[in-house]
Amino acid sequence: MTTDHTTPPAAPPAIDGATGTAAVEFFDVVKRFGAGSNEVRALSGVSLRIEPGEFVAIMGPSGCGKSTLLHLAGGMEDATAGRVYVAGRDVADMSITDRAALRRREVGYVFQRLNLLASLTALENVSLPLELEGVAAKQARARARDALAAVGLDHRVDRYPDDFSGGQQQRIAIARAIVGERSVLLADEPTGSLDTVTSDAVIELLAGLPAQFGTAVVLVTHEPRFASWTDRVVFLRDGRIVDDTAHPVGAGTASGGFR
Amino acid sequence: MAVREGLLALLHEGPRYGYQLKTEFEAATGGVWPLNVGQVYTTLDRLERDGLVEVRGVEGETAPSQKTYAITVDGVAALGEWWEAVPSDDPPPRDELMLKVLMAIERGDDHALRVITHQRTVLLTLLQARRKERRAAGDESLAARLVTDALVARAEADLRWLDTCEEHLQRRPASATSAPTTASSTSTRKASR
Repeated sequence: MTTDHTTPPAAPPAIDGATGTAAVEFFDVVKRFGAGSNEVRALSGVSLRIEPGEFVAIMGPSGCGKSTLLHLAGGMEDATAGRVYVAGRDVADMSITDRAALRRREVGYVFQRLNLLASLTALENVSLPLELEGVAAKQARARARDALAAVGLDHRVDRYPDDFSGGQQQRIAIARAIVGERSVLLADEPTGSLDTVTSDAVIELLAGLPAQFGTAVVLVTHEPRFASWTDRVVFLRDGRIVDDTAHPVGAGTASGGFR
Repeated sequence: MAVREGLLALLHEGPRYGYQLKTEFEAATGGVWPLNVGQVYTTLDRLERDGLVEVRGVEGETAPSQKTYAITVDGVAALGEWWEAVPSDDPPPRDELMLKVLMAIERGDDHALRVITHQRTVLLTLLQARRKERRAAGDESLAARLVTDALVARAEADLRWLDTCEEHLQRRPASATSAPTTASSTSTRKASR
């Protein structure tokens, strides 16, 4: 996918008087898939700043661009136009190697499908990202133990994923996503395969991460009950942000008054 | 209000005095249903008048001035009927929401979508506030958790309905959308449903 923007700014331009480095920042981001009559505009000019330590839900109907937004925020895809900054760095300016390093060091992912490696123990699954970064095995294991303890799994860590329940496996996936002090954790419908009580526990765990680690957590969900745990909900429709609980487009405001 | 039946349910566990009923009622309802002690005694007086509770003699440690109340056989029967009865069919609390959206659609789909979006944001903000309040209170009792869950479930029903409205509006044929509010455009929209 090509990017058709010009003259990239070296640093994100300041908007809305915001100061400091955002965990993730989008400037007028457009994302198109396909071409000609098959072209689909997944995002149509999205600007969004997510602060370190913020817990944000992205909601909207199917096909509104929620998952695309998450993929761009994680440097997994390129914007067609506009700029995406992760931990203060312009993703479009980064080499493939730098981008891979960004994904390993700054961004953690938790998906609906449990992507744990079945042949590794819980502890090995969590320490793997650190070991890939060159952290000595002993130190990596120690940090992995801490991350597992933070998600409430401090025993049986030498068992394999299949020995754990679905909720516990998702906890392991979260531990893997937070190990190594990442700036941002991206969670795409992380409770899809879990029952209600287990799902609540997983979301509650995510809700505690910003305060505990300063990680920004971005949760894509269609469930209001999970969104209610967050600090902020951003609503997408047809690839655009239509409302944001942090900056509501409500009655009585210049942009969205009903008079 | 089901305070009467709530008190009967507590008394079914054994005799209690008035203040004890107040604190137990509040604990059982997760703190969302505060009672003043006067209300408790007024209710107990009515229950006594109706023969559903009776005043027992003063028991052991309680102060001499405190009356102890006990459920009667008729009280047990009334409580049994309450467990069986379906809660009275009050109008849904957000009937106004439905009216608002239906009226907004009459004014035009763009307006309706903005109203839906705004109402959804407000509802979610209320849910977030409720969660925050509960977490700040540090009340992890089952009652508190279930009360929050009940409020969340009701708001979810409203939010899902708003989603459904939005989907229907988005899927309407182009000729049916963004129409000015005139008699003829209204009839066109209705005919296309």
